[in-house]
Amino acid sequence: MLGERSLESLIRDKGREGRRGYTLPKPDVERTDLEKVLPKKSLRKEKPGLPEVDEPTAIRHYTNLSRKNWGIDTNFYPLGSCTMKHNPRANEAAAAVPGFANLHPLQPESGARGALRVMHELQGFLSEISGLSAVSLQPMAGAQGELTSILMVKRYFEEAGDEGRTTVLVPSTAHGTNPATASMAGFKSVEVGLDEHGCVDVDELRALVDETTAALMITNPNTCGVYERNIAEIAEILHEKGAFLYMDGANMNANLGRMRPADAAVDVMHFNLHKTFSTPHGGGGPGSGAIACSEVLAPFRPDPVVERNGDGFRFARPEKTIGRVSTFHGNFGVLLKAWNYIKMHGPELRDVTDMAVLNANYVRARLRGAYRIPYDELCKHEVVVQPPKGKKALDIAKGLIDHGYHPPTIYFPLVVKEAMLIEPTETESKETLDDFVGAMLELAESTPEDLEEAPIHAPTRRLDETRAARQLKARW
Amino acid sequence: MARFTPHTDADIQEMLEAIGVETLDDLFADVSPKFEDPLDLPPVLSEYEALRDVEARAGENVSGMPIFLGAGAYDRIIPSSISAITGRGEFLTSYTPYQPEVSQGHLQAIFEFQSVISELTGLEVSNASVYEGANAVAEAALMTARLTKRDPKVAVSAGLNPRYREVVETYRVEVVELPFDGGTTDFSAVPDDVSGVFVQSPNFFGIVEDIEAASEAAHGVGALCVAVCDPISLSVLETPGNLGADVAVGEAQPLGMPLIFGGPYAGYMATHEKFVRQLPGRIAGETVDREGKLAYVLTLRGREQDIRRAKANSNICTNQAVTALAATVYAALMGPEGLREVAELSISKAHYLADRLQDVGLKLRYPEAPFLWEFAVEMPDVDRVNDALLHNNIVGGLDLGDGAMLVAVTEKRTKRELDVFVEVVANAG
Ligand SMILES: Cc1ncc(COP(=O)(O)O)c(C=O)c1O
Repeated sequence: MLGERSLESLIRDKGREGRRGYTLPKPDVERTDLEKVLPKKSLRKEKPGLPEVDEPTAIRHYTNLSRKNWGIDTNFYPLGSCTMKHNPRANEAAAAVPGFANLHPLQPESGARGALRVMHELQGFLSEISGLSAVSLQPMAGAQGELTSILMVKRYFEEAGDEGRTTVLVPSTAHGTNPATASMAGFKSVEVGLDEHGCVDVDELRALVDETTAALMITNPNTCGVYERNIAEIAEILHEKGAFLYMDGANMNANLGRMRPADAAVDVMHFNLHKTFSTPHGGGGPGSGAIACSEVLAPFRPDPVVERNGDGFRFARPEKTIGRVSTFHGNFGVLLKAWNYIKMHGPELRDVTDMAVLNANYVRARLRGAYRIPYDELCKHEVVVQPPKGKKALDIAKGLIDHGYHPPTIYFPLVVKEAMLIEPTETESKETLDDFVGAMLELAESTPEDLEEAPIHAPTRRLDETRAARQLKARW
Repeated sequence: MARFTPHTDADIQEMLEAIGVETLDDLFADVSPKFEDPLDLPPVLSEYEALRDVEARAGENVSGMPIFLGAGAYDRIIPSSISAITGRGEFLTSYTPYQPEVSQGHLQAIFEFQSVISELTGLEVSNASVYEGANAVAEAALMTARLTKRDPKVAVSAGLNPRYREVVETYRVEVVELPFDGGTTDFSAVPDDVSGVFVQSPNFFGIVEDIEAASEAAHGVGALCVAVCDPISLSVLETPGNLGADVAVGEAQPLGMPLIFGGPYAGYMATHEKFVRQLPGRIAGETVDREGKLAYVLTLRGREQDIRRAKANSNICTNQAVTALAATVYAALMGPEGLREVAELSISKAHYLADRLQDVGLKLRYPEAPFLWEFAVEMPDVDRVNDALLHNNIVGGLDLGDGAMLVAVTEKRTKRELDVFVEVVANAG
């Protein structure tokens, strides 16, 4: 049996002064005396308190840490709004190819032709999938894709001399990144309410949109998993007043080959490549928040975009660019994986969406009765449910852990009390869903007392979160 | 059916029945406007075919040569153990650790990452990462505005990586330029309305700057000092914390991340504990579970977008967890001595190269300035030199566009590579 200490302690506590986990090549030039070439006061006096461990200890430590972590590889992970689908290992193999892995970002274009070709093709794929003609691969996560898009809108109005555009509208179902993005871009965010289907209330929207509106940030399908059926009309309302329609495309897994944002007159959108196109989320990143936009906004895209140049490719700076959003070219490794994923699907991407939507609706149908379903109509790739009255989403979530399931997203969207947002994704089988539903039904029957102690079969019990904040200890 | 979907026709039928619709199309009855054509994408490829394509594309890149490019991304030795850890499915295929009971692995790794960054920077708290270096700099600029309650306006010099500066400007921060002379920044006349004074050390030209002077200048006008540091350099250079910096940020790529054409890397951010509430992004903190057992959890969540929405410190959500894990494993394997050796080897080799280049008649742009492993060397025609280098299977340095090449030398370069570099440059010069 492993002792408590060896499982729990920090890597630094597993070392001893003088141990080393890696050997470097022997010096083949004369050693430079730092005191001779650098000002004395710039030299470090005390060495940093880093671990001093051997390689076997480091490997065992991090391997054991990984065993206290669930991923898609280990458990069903129906975390709503996150699209936790299987991450094909072919994508990892692609990113490990030395011709890409060792490619310096400032290598001249002629020496990075393959990388530029991949970016150019991916721009084309995303353009086809969205129907929007221009793409930027620069943003490094969804939130940065949002910011990029809204900054482009801002720059558009500045360029047009239209100084009165001060607000961005955000539906109450929106992900927190949307209003945070509006603020960061220097707009005031104003909330729009919902109709009885959980969709943007068109009448309320009409009353809110005026010459001060820069854009509406809509998520489609929205975070209740419901398709925004009035999206085309919404676009018209905005366009009439000269405002833009931005679409948060985090939920594009519901749209592939079934709906193209451009057809609904969306002006600009972001993709989450780390959701829809299955690049692994890595426990919190990296991601890519590539954007697509119309011709009107294309000149404002971040620097650079990839263009054809004879039979090669080049980086180009869009004419009225908002500037750079990343040091080099975005998270290229993530782009490469998404490109590979799309190539392994081609037009069959539509089947991905079909099975994702089938799975979500199946779960909805099976949970009906035992759970409250606030918008019990067709859902898209995810469904929001509520526990039976008197029961808490948190307890059910923790109970699910004891059944071996990663909990759904809970308490989001904010508009649904005790929300449990379930996104099964297309890569789960009917059997998995049936078993999961079985656990959910059992938990619906349990009393709060039954669940008070859950989880008991996890690496830790419930945590004291208040203490973490009150007595902050964020380092060794 | 698509490649990674397990559904048989029988599954689909049973599921449609359970839902109460007849066809898959019925599931999209609410979608309007509909898209009904097949997507115009290249035909589906098998894994084998797709990966052959990847190899073919990779073959179009110049690769497998010694690289003398730096300017924010460095060709360093990467221990094999790192990908063995970061490739583990439990880490790779998990989401942000919102459910701490089943995410202790990542949470502890983040805690260790924060600790490594704190130890290197000499500042008490660090976040769990932001996208990359430029983004860390931009977030720090916004942070100085919140902390000083001033408009976001920062003083920088030509010593700040110009790409970082561009991103700061994209984030709608006003930038004022400080004089830059002889390879270092002159902090003697900082405007008194800035929220932050930025100092990059080693700076864009590889030169060690005076962080202390920058912090004194910043504090003199009621602003904060942000130091932008290469984490490897902090094994030999005094910590920004000890030199008076309020915030330290930078690019963690040199800590075990492949170049991969510019990303994914990881940005780090550290500050004093008293400023923690203005730090953007995630922070893992220590706590206990119900049985009193030590555990980790995301904390001070009230700073973040999912809780504070429009009033959050930043919109950042997804960060760079798995590359931050790579940095953590790298720091663990290297330890303080290994990191120091990486720095010393790089410095020794860079100085060897700079000396040899001067021996054959080239001039350093800033001959008096103290540099680490990167330096600017004057050349009338950098392009021609780089062509000659490429001809000799070497990826040359960065063309600064004004008659100089920025050359980076890491521990990975061998004496033989350096000697060939000198020979080619001397002949092409
Ligand atoms: C609806 C929605 N929008 C935006 C985002 C932000 O994306 P990211 O985490 O990549 O910044 C997310 C993901 O969490 C999301 O679910």
